[in-house]
Amino acid sequence: MSDYRVLPGPEHFLPPAAASMGIRLPNPGEGHINGVIVSEEKAYEEAARQFLMAKVPTIFPGPLVLWAWNEKAAKKATAIRHLFNTLKECVQPGQKPMLIPMPDYRPKYPKINPEVEINPNHPNLTIWHNKIDCCMFVGVHCHQANLSLKIIRGGTSCYTIAMCAQAGHEDAMLSIRDTSVEKIMKLADWVKKLKGTVQPKLATARNGSSN
Amino acid sequence: MAEVKSLIGTQNKKGQTFTDPWKMLHEAPRTPSFYTGSEVIKEAVRRSSCDVMIAYPITPQSEAAALIGELFAEGYIGDYFRGESEFAVMSQCAGAAFGGARVFTTTAGPGTMRAMENFPMWAGARLPIQMIVTCRGINSPLSIQPDTLEIAYLLNTGMLVWHAETAQDFFDWILKGFMVSEEPDVHLPLALCCDGFFVTHTKDVVNLTPTDMCLPPYDPYRSPVPCMDMECPPVRMMRDPFVMKSNYISYATHASWQQEIWAAIERSRKHSIHWLNGLIDTENTDADIVIVASGTAVSQGREAIRLLEDEGVRCGLVKIKTLRPWPEEEIREATKNAKHIFVPEFNVTGWLAKELRASIPNPQRVHAGPHVCGGMTMPPEIIVSEIKTALGMKSFSLAGRGS
Repeated sequence: MSDYRVLPGPEHFLPPAAASMGIRLPNPGEGHINGVIVSEEKAYEEAARQFLMAKVPTIFPGPLVLWAWNEKAAKKATAIRHLFNTLKECVQPGQKPMLIPMPDYRPKYPKINPEVEINPNHPNLTIWHNKIDCCMFVGVHCHQANLSLKIIRGGTSCYTIAMCAQAGHEDAMLSIRDTSVEKIMKLADWVKKLKGTVQPKLATARNGSSN
Repeated sequence: MAEVKSLIGTQNKKGQTFTDPWKMLHEAPRTPSFYTGSEVIKEAVRRSSCDVMIAYPITPQSEAAALIGELFAEGYIGDYFRGESEFAVMSQCAGAAFGGARVFTTTAGPGTMRAMENFPMWAGARLPIQMIVTCRGINSPLSIQPDTLEIAYLLNTGMLVWHAETAQDFFDWILKGFMVSEEPDVHLPLALCCDGFFVTHTKDVVNLTPTDMCLPPYDPYRSPVPCMDMECPPVRMMRDPFVMKSNYISYATHASWQQEIWAAIERSRKHSIHWLNGLIDTENTDADIVIVASGTAVSQGREAIRLLEDEGVRCGLVKIKTLRPWPEEEIREATKNAKHIFVPEFNVTGWLAKELRASIPNPQRVHAGPHVCGGMTMPPEIIVSEIKTALGMKSFSLAGRGS
């Protein structure tokens, strides 16, 4: 087990890829928190806790769930909408959950509008602009997600969660693998279960994520 | 992700059954066959459900490329053509892989060097192309004989690099290579190397899986990057503002991208261990003297160990199977008892010894050699001689043998 831990940044001008620091991806049925392998159930609980603690918990759904290109994607999109609605119901006054779709990765030239979008090349701009302190990637191609997660870790203090349809992401602070509709719904259930039990970091939170 | 129904148990147009790869490679009956390495490449590709093979002739890989052409004629390969040059071949391989095909190609020596610009591009684009490298000399004076210098150049391309010792390795690793390189957390090209002629043009008994079994087809929807389409073509990554502009975001993206490739090599470690049964093989690593080698130098080392045993000298052996991922921890463990480590290599620069010295404590234990180069054969006796000389034992020169 590596001593390296994947923690909220800002870590470094150029943080290393967590895999190169000895962080290993979870096996089926597992997740990881800060690079430490845990049971999947523990990962759900912690993800829900981080969402409920955050001032601006944000979900970034990517093209794999935003486009109804097959039945499974459409169902996942519905589940993510349910997760977002649950989050909105469960937060306390002063918290501001957001849903920022990432419909494609094409560069927005000459500049992106961080008010409404994120793409893997500019995640820190969107996070700074919207003062996001906890975000979750879902339905983002793994390579693109890893780029974003590293840039976020490098330049912001945002807590990152990755729900991955494949093997998971070491560069997130928390990752769950083999994401399905059921697993998204399970996370929503955990958010509901922890409602009212978690103190949001409103008083102590910095005014948005740092740069 | 896309809902792809499993094709395992169904048949392709040639009547082969798509078979669970683990069962096919570990449980299916094997038939001993007496084949050259090139013929073995053909037989592995026959079972690979390969969509595209692109060829350009250069010795010693020409025979393998021609034999795969026969496979195309028989209907086992989706498409097959000859490129204009090695550079063109590797670019065309990229195009096919961008389009979602399982792509296979072969190369050797100067051809590998000519195509070199493409290999970091393959890795950066996360294209799981499999390339057989039948090593030969790359330098002047011209040599078509086996020399592993070209592997040194491949080590820093971002590709997976494996080094097969025998034709049996070749057969199994071609098939297993697709399984590792196509994992979504890996999804990198694989350079599967062998020492040309020693493997490609030598007949050996190879245990083959049944011809009526083949790998399941490649699923491009498990790619970590989007499949090619006209709305989001991967070629856009070459035109992105982050590449064209110089600012923090550009740097961060490009740097993260490169780091991600090397992270993917790290991720290949567990899959390679799973499929290859470890990144190294070892024998007698409690001995004071250990030979560490890859490729056919392993075979020569094994024979040298037998000769030394006749003289009462006990040696261990470490066979390195994967150079990328580099099995650093395994080698450290396997060499922890060694007082002397010998690294026989078929190249003039000793790249394997350099990698080894950078990986282990007390690197002065590493004796870089013996080396042969330019395609010269390495008699086991010169390994014996190198070891005996280092130990202060009397050794006779082979130079005058036969004169």
